[in-house]
Amino acid sequence: MKLKWEESGLKAPLARAKGLGSAKEGSEHWFMQRVTAISNLILMAWLIWSVIHHIVGASHADFTAWLAAPVNAILMILAVISVFYHAALGTQVITEDYVHHEGLKMIKLIGIKLFFFGAAVACIFSIMKIAFGG
Amino acid sequence: MSGSSKKIQRPLSPHLQVYKPQMTSVLSILHRMTGFAMAVGILVVVWMLVAAASGEQAYNVFLHYAGSKIGMVLLFGWSVAFFYHMSNGIRHLFWDMGYLFKLQNAFRAGYVVLLSTVVLTGLLWWTVCPFNVH
Repeated sequence: MKLKWEESGLKAPLARAKGLGSAKEGSEHWFMQRVTAISNLILMAWLIWSVIHHIVGASHADFTAWLAAPVNAILMILAVISVFYHAALGTQVITEDYVHHEGLKMIKLIGIKLFFFGAAVACIFSIMKIAFGG
Repeated sequence: MSGSSKKIQRPLSPHLQVYKPQMTSVLSILHRMTGFAMAVGILVVVWMLVAAASGEQAYNVFLHYAGSKIGMVLLFGWSVAFFYHMSNGIRHLFWDMGYLFKLQNAFRAGYVVLLSTVVLTGLLWWTVCPFNVH
């Protein structure tokens, strides 16, 4: 059986590359993992600082008052998006590397996307409810 | 099938158990393990935020479990995982930029990652320790 890129000897390198897969979106996963790694660094530095100064030992009233401040609510939503996206990308790679049963792998890959998307929506809704309800 | 259907037990590659654990390989698998552990730990963040949005009673239930012995052990474990993954993630970003590829430098950066994990985890828990007088 001839492989896709062997169809014709007259193809330009670009066409062969296209036959092998995309030369654009192929690196999206890798690149977004780095982009979210950098945003995680910034947002987690803020969150750790906030955990020390505002969250540890805070009552419900203290915590919701802190989270209701626009700057905190915005940064928390950004942190949720950045961290959950990064986690979804990372667990996807782990699944692709270690789960060898095709059916099970597909179930897990779909499950990961649904889980992190659902978890992010739950967090963002909660932050907004606290921010707008206060 | 002709002949014996008995499968010949040939050694399979890679033979992970015959390799001596090294700074590079151990830190690499730790990066995945800590990342996965934190991906699971995301459920605690979801719990905290949804509980805070649900009301004082739900948030107090969260605080009760987070402050319990098992809760503190889990939180400590996740803080170690976080600082390790963050430090080693920075090491990975240096590799992405083309630095630290010399084996000696990769090993040195590995020791820096381990030291930074211990120091940052220690600093965080020392700061939030209720017995520590500010």
